[in-house]
Amino acid sequence: MSLWCDKHRPKTLNTLDYHKEQADQLKKLVHSEDFPHLLVYGPNGAGKKTRIMCSLKELYGPGVEKLRIERQQFETPSKKTIEMTTLASNYHIEINASDAGIYDRIVIQEMIKTIAQTNQLDAQTQKSFKVIVLTEVDKLTKDAQHALRRTMEKYMNSCRLILCCNSTSRVIPAVRSRCLSLRVPAPTADQIAMILKQTCKTEGLNLPQELANKIALKSNRNLRRALLMCETAYVAHYPFTNDQEISEPDWELFLRETARQIVQQQSVDRIVQIRDRLYELLCHCIPADIIFKGLLKELLTICDGQLKPQIVEIAADMEHKMNLGDKQIFYLEAFVVKFMSIYKKHLEFSLAGCI
Amino acid sequence: MSTLPWIEKYRPKTVDDISYQDEIVAVLKKIISNDTGEFPNFLFYGPPGTGKTSTILAAARELFGPELMKSRVLELNSSDERGINVIREKVKTFAQFTPSGHRSDGKSCPPFKIVILDEADSMTSSAQAALRRTMEKESKTTRFCLICNYISRIIEPITSRCSKFRFKPLSKDILIQRLSFIAEKENIACDRDTLVTLVNCSEGDLRKAITYLQCASRLKLESGCIKSSDVLEIAGILKDDVIEKILDTCSTGSFEKVEQCVQNLIFDGFSCNQIVTQLHDVLIERHDLNDAKKAIIFEKIACVDNDLIEGADEYLQLLDLLVLIMKQMK
Repeated sequence: MSLWCDKHRPKTLNTLDYHKEQADQLKKLVHSEDFPHLLVYGPNGAGKKTRIMCSLKELYGPGVEKLRIERQQFETPSKKTIEMTTLASNYHIEINASDAGIYDRIVIQEMIKTIAQTNQLDAQTQKSFKVIVLTEVDKLTKDAQHALRRTMEKYMNSCRLILCCNSTSRVIPAVRSRCLSLRVPAPTADQIAMILKQTCKTEGLNLPQELANKIALKSNRNLRRALLMCETAYVAHYPFTNDQEISEPDWELFLRETARQIVQQQSVDRIVQIRDRLYELLCHCIPADIIFKGLLKELLTICDGQLKPQIVEIAADMEHKMNLGDKQIFYLEAFVVKFMSIYKKHLEFSLAGCI
Repeated sequence: MSTLPWIEKYRPKTVDDISYQDEIVAVLKKIISNDTGEFPNFLFYGPPGTGKTSTILAAARELFGPELMKSRVLELNSSDERGINVIREKVKTFAQFTPSGHRSDGKSCPPFKIVILDEADSMTSSAQAALRRTMEKESKTTRFCLICNYISRIIEPITSRCSKFRFKPLSKDILIQRLSFIAEKENIACDRDTLVTLVNCSEGDLRKAITYLQCASRLKLESGCIKSSDVLEIAGILKDDVIEKILDTCSTGSFEKVEQCVQNLIFDGFSCNQIVTQLHDVLIERHDLNDAKKAIIFEKIACVDNDLIEGADEYLQLLDLLVLIMKQMK
């Protein structure tokens, strides 16, 4: 049994639930003679992948759904072998080049070029090009992105690239100017609520409107998350009731508790305790930038209005430095300590004012 | 072939076709016409989309003709492995063979080969250093043409061995002329307004402008005429009222509203870079902020832009910037 978010994923461009205008554009694009390189960007859970898969299906027919997993090995100049896992059908191949870490340039150079250089065998019965789907392009190193530049132009006859990323800020302009950019905005809360109701209907369940709205609000405009929440709620308690508890991910609760502890007491002992909690989060593979954002959000709701700009500035600064640095825990801790010192000073100052 | 993208289809075929870069065109024409083989090593630099690669490819085609082109020209770009080993082995072996001064059809042609090192600024400095002596030693048989965006990333000994040409960003008139030429050839109806918008979005980058034009024509196939709003949409540029709304939110002075606004912008998937650039354009013309305040904001904009390039989180940076603007607008 598969999860709802996979089971009810739209399979064709016609059945997409929102951004219908964009779906029409994609359809036109597929049926026009020259399909360009695409750069699809948008936040998590907005449906980028769904749109890509639908377009591929429109291009090649149902064959693209027969996926197989392949493993390929590469050797770096320093004789280290890296293994890449790819997902491929007869017509397209999906690569997450950032898996290779700092060796991603070699993957781009070797793998994509080999694929791009081979022509399709039978050009009469199918499209003359293959599609390479590259995910997480924004995580690629600059070197790897530069390596993409000429490849994209030179082998235009035999392959098209579909790049997929969260933000275009980290994609170099030279790559951006070679692609047609498609922005996929996250669905609004109303759209999510509607889709939740629809999904429940096809599952033969009855979801009250109020609960749907509640889930939609809690989902941060992330459809995948909304569907997962809804399914969890179903497993926990059915039939649905309006005042039913919607379980949030553990780590969010954990983060909230951490923020509360930071505000509660500012001392060296507390810093040690907070460090344990931060390590705990990092050990569970919660990315540090998400911890940063979550922590900031929680702290902002608790602390005083005039401190907010200062705290935001520190968070932005620390997060930036973290990306340049190596050890994430240092920067998380530095942020916590700085917050504590500002907060404590503020408290003492206002206390002195009272007396 | 109809599936060719327009940037390839309308790449200039001869040196004469190259627009706007008068100096280099004049030099190249002289070389091609008198056939003496006085071809120096070139270094082309300039912003993307100004025709650097097109120029050297067109020149090579005129010098050697389409048949010899394959054996006489070695094109290496950053999609190829270009470490020090490749320079030592591949380039050296290519350079060592002496070519004849005749084409297969009997016509004479210059007795040298060309190595094009595209995107040379992404070569490591050790690889560049390995080039130094090779460039001199093989000068009998081989000429080099280096192409880069930033000349500051090319080491000094290399620049001193080449004759340098700067490629200027194309002027608006030239861009419009070229775009309307393509539009005419492809049977696309678009008015002057659209072309001006295209040019404004592309910042002197002809390749970008042509890509946008092609995308717009594909997406708006049925409606017949491309409007300037379509171009804006494809280029990922925010509408003016979105920017206005951001600034309005800042001027309310409410932290919660600003936070909500940033959250929504990120959810809508707008590129943070784009927002920052456009905020800059709008703010510089605002009269309700004095110069000192503007200076503070613009300093922050510069920092945020730098941080974003270095991979900082969009949400945090944008929030930081907008909160600062909010403080200055009070």
